[in-house]
Order: sequence, then structure tokens, then C-alpha cells
Amino acid sequence: MKLITAVLQPSALEPVKTALAEVGVTGMTIYDAKGHGAQIGKVEVYRSQRVKVDFLPKISLEIVVADEELDAALDAIQDAARTGAIGDGKIWVTDVLQVIRVRTGETGPTAIR
Amino acid sequence: MDIASQVNTAWMLTATVAVTLMLPGLALYYGGLSRTKNILNTMMIVLGGFAVTAVLWVLFGYGLTLGDSVGGAGLIGDPTTLFGIQSLLGAETPEGAVPGILIAVFQLIFAGLTVGIIGGAVEGRMKFSSWLIFSGLWATLVYFPVAHWVFAFDAPDGSTTGGWIANGLHAIDFAGGTAVHMNAGVAALVLAFFLGRRRDFPHVGRPGNLPIAVVGGGLLLVGWYGFNGGSSGGINESAGVAVTNTLIAACAGLLGWLLIERIVRKAATSLGAISGILGGLVGITPAANSVSPIGAVIIGFLAGIVAFAALGLKEKLGYDDALDAVAIHMFPGIFGTLAIGFLADPSSPAGATGILFGGDWSLLGTQAIAIVTVFVYTFVVTALISWLLKVTVGLRVADSTEVTGLDTTLHAETAYDLDDVRS
Repeated sequence: MKLITAVLQPSALEPVKTALAEVGVTGMTIYDAKGHGAQIGKVEVYRSQRVKVDFLPKISLEIVVADEELDAALDAIQDAARTGAIGDGKIWVTDVLQVIRVRTGETGPTAIR
Repeated sequence: MDIASQVNTAWMLTATVAVTLMLPGLALYYGGLSRTKNILNTMMIVLGGFAVTAVLWVLFGYGLTLGDSVGGAGLIGDPTTLFGIQSLLGAETPEGAVPGILIAVFQLIFAGLTVGIIGGAVEGRMKFSSWLIFSGLWATLVYFPVAHWVFAFDAPDGSTTGGWIANGLHAIDFAGGTAVHMNAGVAALVLAFFLGRRRDFPHVGRPGNLPIAVVGGGLLLVGWYGFNGGSSGGINESAGVAVTNTLIAACAGLLGWLLIERIVRKAATSLGAISGILGGLVGITPAANSVSPIGAVIIGFLAGIVAFAALGLKEKLGYDDALDAVAIHMFPGIFGTLAIGFLADPSSPAGATGILFGGDWSLLGTQAIAIVTVFVYTFVVTALISWLLKVTVGLRVADSTEVTGLDTTLHAETAYDLDDVRS
């Protein structure tokens, strides 16, 4: 089992959600996040004072998938989130030791979906 | 009370209610411009300063301001017979006039707002207790005398003598370009110097809640009808002209600011819009009954540009006037007071003649003398008060308090609780 963490533009949320549903991934947790990578901030103006905003609004998605679903899910996220512009985001994958469904007590891959 | 008195009283009651809107207006406007961690403290500064001033006004401020001038010198009113404004109860109202007690409360609001405007300079770093003491000392030693000079007119029957600027110099300051706006702006400048900069000046971050500030600016605009319209003292030609000029100058101020902002900073901002409105309103305040509507457009438009141009001074001179009381009140206040010298229209209710209408330079000179005198007096006395507080109770909170924010540390509150998760 794998944990996919994707930090993306807020505008990518809807297309990514739809694309993941199409490949059969239905569960996810999202967070409002702030961050920057290569794209470093923008400038706002308050009473002629230039304010450099270093951290831009992002969304962070966490998705747990079974090993055989991983590649399909990664492709779906990338295709839906890619605009080609700087600031599209990052995706990384980590191993997951255990998953438990609280309602039934099921464990392992059967607890994921 | 005769019918003329009743009619005039009805308008002054209305104007008093309207001008009171400027209290929440100022609190919301300044509060919204503060950083998220200080919004409540900033609102408390406006409300607290107003309240201290109001109580002192009733005790002796009214007497110092509108009482019979001591020795006829026009420098300060005599409060002894007016303590607690007790003697205004049951006082006979002259034919056509407005009861003294109503004038007292109308003028009280001017005093409280003037102190509140100074509060824009101190965002995020001043001790609340120290601010309240400052408010009381400043109202007593600066506002009450200056307002006496500018707002206390000789009684028509000669029974009382008023202030020297209004009656001796004959400068035109309809509703307080010098006594209110420039006065508060100079005090903000001086207090900001003594208080010192915020730790992260000039990179202090963003206003906490701009829509709240826009709401506050809107309330200030509505309240300004009472401020300028009520300064007519009753239902007369001045009232209508003043209200008209007030609105026009506000709109012209907005356009002036946005134009220059768009050129210089490549963006027309909402904060710029309310700043321009306020700059225009401040500019027209001394001139509301002495210029034509076209004159009001010119004053408002240029006042918006003047206010914008003044913003850069704080970084050049190194004072941290956090919410720009100097740029928005002092400079447009001075500008509007001087502009009367050029734009005073002889067909307006005030009837003075400016240079552009064929008048001589004497009116401009008179206006300049009023400005310089008030500027110097306020600068020196505010410096003395600020210094005294700095070496006694202290002006500034601890560094850790400033970093955390004054809402939680001084007032034990948080402005926003938008999360369902309990914290």
C-alpha cells in the first residue's frame, strides 16, 4: 500500500477529483496549504506599500491506494493537474505499513476501498 | 422654544446621530487595516480614546473649548461656570438658536473622533493603559485649546468671547481642517516618533480584513454628512452646500487617488478607493461652505493625490505611522485649508473671495497663519506629553507581546474563530 501526497494549485482540485474517480479511486483527504517551490511568491500593493507574498495558496491531497492502483492514480493526477505553467505542484509517494477501517476492523488493502 | 429653534434643533439632532456613525466607522476602518492579531486592540484604541475624551469633555472640556475666553484673549475658555455642563440645563435658548446642551454633545463627538484618528499611528505596539492616559492629556492640553481657537465664535450679543483664530484672525475652517484633521495628523506623527517603529517595519505584512475597512470607510462617509452638514449649526444655506460639497469631494478624492495609484503602482485598489474618499473628505472639511461644487471637485481630487503622495514620507523620515493618519488626515487637512485661499467663492455661504475669484492674497496668508500656529503648538505639546509618558509609565509593550499580537495578550481575546475544531 502507498500514500500519495500531492501539493497542487487550488484550481486543480476539481479536475483531479474527477480523474481519480474515473480510475476508481474514491477516497481522499484534502488540506488548504500554503507553499512555494520554484515559483517564489508574488507582490501585492497596500497603500502604495509593496508586500511580497512568499507562500501561495495550494491544496494538499492525501490518497492511500493499493500497490496495483498506484500507477493509474499517479497518471490521473498528473494529467489533470498539469497546465505547463510554473507552480503546478509536486507529487510524492511513501510506503504505508497498515490501514484499518474503523467501522469494521478490516485491515490491509481491503480496508482502502 | 420658538418654531425656528425647533426646526434647527431637529437638524442638529439628526446631524449628531449621523456624526456618531463615525465612531464605529473609524473603529472598523482602522481595525480592518490592522494585522489579524491586532484588529481588536485597534478598535479598542478608537473606542477607548473616544470614551476618555467624552467624559473629560463633560467635566471641563466643553468649558475649555466653548466657554467664555479667559481675559478675552481667545486662547482658552473658562470652564469654571460650565463644570459638568450642569449650567446648560434649563438655560434659555435664544430665538432661532439650538439648545446649548445639544451643541455640547455635537462638539463632544468632534473631540472624541480627533483623539481616535491619532490611534491610527500606534497599531500593534502601544500599551493600552498608556494610550488612555495619552488620550486624556492630549484632549486637555491640545484639542480643547485648539478647538477653542477655531470653533468658539464670539456671541452675537457680545456676552461671551471666542477663540483668536475664528474671531481675531478670521481664518476659514468650517468643520475642522486644522482643529480636527491636521491636529490629529500632527499628533500621530509626533506620537509615532516617540513610540518607535514596529519590529518588522516596513515589512509589516497585510491588512487583516479589507472588507471591514471598506465598511468602516463607508460609515465615515455617511457620518461626514453630520460632521460637515451639522457644522452649519442649523437649517440654513450652509447645510445644503456643505452636504453637497462633502459627497462631491469624496467621489473626486476616490478618482484622484485611483488615477495616481494606477499610474505609479499599476493597480487601482479597494484600499486606495477608501483612502481617496477619506482624503477628499478631509480636504473639503475646512472648505465645505466656502467653495462651489466645482471647487469641491478640485479640492477632493487634489486631496486624494496629495494623500497618496504623502505615503512615501514615512519610509523616508523613518516614522511608523501604521495606518497613515499623517498621509490621510494631516496633509489633506493642510491642503484643504490652504485651498480656500484660492478657491473661496464669493457666492458661497461663507462669502469669502479666493485668489482665483479676483481676491487678494490676504485670505491665503490668514489660512497659512492658522495652519502654522496649530502645527507648531500641537507638535510641541504632543511631544511633551509623549516624552512624559515614555519616561514614566512607558509607551510600548514588551517585544514578545508585540510578536504574539495585542488581541490575545492585552485583551484576552481572538478576533476570528472560523474553525469548528476546538482550539
